[in-house]
Amino acid sequence: MCSRSTPERAIILSESTGKSGGELRGAAAEALRLRARLLAQAREFFSQRGILEVETPLLSRGVVVDRHLDPPVCRYGPAAGGGENLYLQTSPEAAMKRLLAAGMGAIYQVAHAFREGERGRLHNPEFTIIEWYRPGLNHHELMDEVGALVNLLLPEQSKDGTWEKLSYRQLFRDRLGIDPIECGAGELGQAAEKLGVELEGEFDWKDRDAWLDLLLSTRLQDDLGRERPVFVYDYPASQAALARLCPEEPRLAERFELYIDGIELCNGYHELLDAAEQRTRFEKANDQRRSDGREPLAPDERLLEALESGLPECSGVALGFDRLVMLALGADSIDEVLSFPFEDV
Amino acid sequence: MATTYGTSDFRKGLRVEFDGDPYLVVECEFRKPGKGSAIYTLKVKNLLNGRVLEKTFRSGDSISGADCHDQKMQYIFNDTKDWHFMDPENYEQYAVSKEQLGDLWKYLVEEMMCEVTFYNGNPITVTPPNHVELEVEYCEPGAKGNTATNVTKPAKVQTGAEIQVPIFIKIGDVLKVDTRTGDYIERVHR
Repeated sequence: MCSRSTPERAIILSESTGKSGGELRGAAAEALRLRARLLAQAREFFSQRGILEVETPLLSRGVVVDRHLDPPVCRYGPAAGGGENLYLQTSPEAAMKRLLAAGMGAIYQVAHAFREGERGRLHNPEFTIIEWYRPGLNHHELMDEVGALVNLLLPEQSKDGTWEKLSYRQLFRDRLGIDPIECGAGELGQAAEKLGVELEGEFDWKDRDAWLDLLLSTRLQDDLGRERPVFVYDYPASQAALARLCPEEPRLAERFELYIDGIELCNGYHELLDAAEQRTRFEKANDQRRSDGREPLAPDERLLEALESGLPECSGVALGFDRLVMLALGADSIDEVLSFPFEDV
Repeated sequence: MATTYGTSDFRKGLRVEFDGDPYLVVECEFRKPGKGSAIYTLKVKNLLNGRVLEKTFRSGDSISGADCHDQKMQYIFNDTKDWHFMDPENYEQYAVSKEQLGDLWKYLVEEMMCEVTFYNGNPITVTPPNHVELEVEYCEPGAKGNTATNVTKPAKVQTGAEIQVPIFIKIGDVLKVDTRTGDYIERVHR
């Protein structure tokens, strides 16, 4: 483990924060060694389960359109001008699904992903995802596999080797006494106000998902997974992203997230297979982006073609590897596990 | 001229304005569910009364900067109600009340250079150097030879404040004190 008092390599910020030694920016050598060990262990885990490591391009001509994700855009072409704009991926999902549709079977990837404007204690605009897909598994079966990986990599957080599963709906009902599916935007707003959320600026009072996100990230998340890892599953259909809807309750989507020590570590889906539905969701996301004042994005047509040609029944999950290293290290900031945080590139 | 800060400009140390009062951003947290909307939570401290509030924003929101500026000034004297500072350039004097100073009066020694923060032209807070040297005017004698630093006793220093010091400190000693925490750091040999 890293001893913060004697880092072998620690870049000290110019402004001392009053903590001894100032604030670290960039990982100490010991953190990078731990990172390498965890990655090797993860690869071994996948290899033992017969999951194949793949690599896919970081650059693409179209994206998985998401209302809240902005891929950086690169210009590819002669220095003199012209050329085309390519996106840096926000996750390797589209390319990996194309491989699945081509019949590659169970695959995983350790990939860099890029998200414009995401910078904070748990965010770096460029970060590392471990993403994997399991044909034939539903989201509950995949959660169990994620649990096994977490047990292996984070024995301290796993304690007795078990994990909890809690539905999104139950979480809101138990902890806040509100039903996230039935409640209208007004009721959610009132709940937030009662919980002491002081809002400034322009807030769209009619946007239910904005309220749900706000309640989850400011009033629920910090307590999640303190005792043992917690999977939150079956999200509102409005937040389905690329998950299929629950057959018995179409207001819910078969999506899950994993929380450990208040940190969101994974996001996974029982994958949507329907190309037409996926196209409709991309269009809807672009409509929302327009009304949010964001540029619409070019949907990944090759992904849609792959879905049309037939994606096997499967579940897939993305794990934030930097955050996993943070948890293993007991780090407060993602900067402690990155060789060079964004400001230093 | 007050500026406007967008959420991407949010950071610790910004001075901003809410409901006509100046605030200092003491904490800034960016939260974003992987697939959800970003939330910025700011902890802001009212520069006039010290109260701390939490404010929540979504990306794209903005706040007005507070029309604040800092000026190096020399502390010259106090009349137990107000502490008086002088601009060494033009000899203009400004008074800061004991209430506005909070605990900081404890560390202000005559002729010391401080940073005085002005809001709309009026002085509102003072930032002394992080470390100041204060002379002990009175303390109980300590046990001879006891150099332990974990046992403390109060010592009255020249500003009239009481500082917790190790047992071996005696009258006339000069202490280095951290003005941010009020903690004794070491004995200074002049």
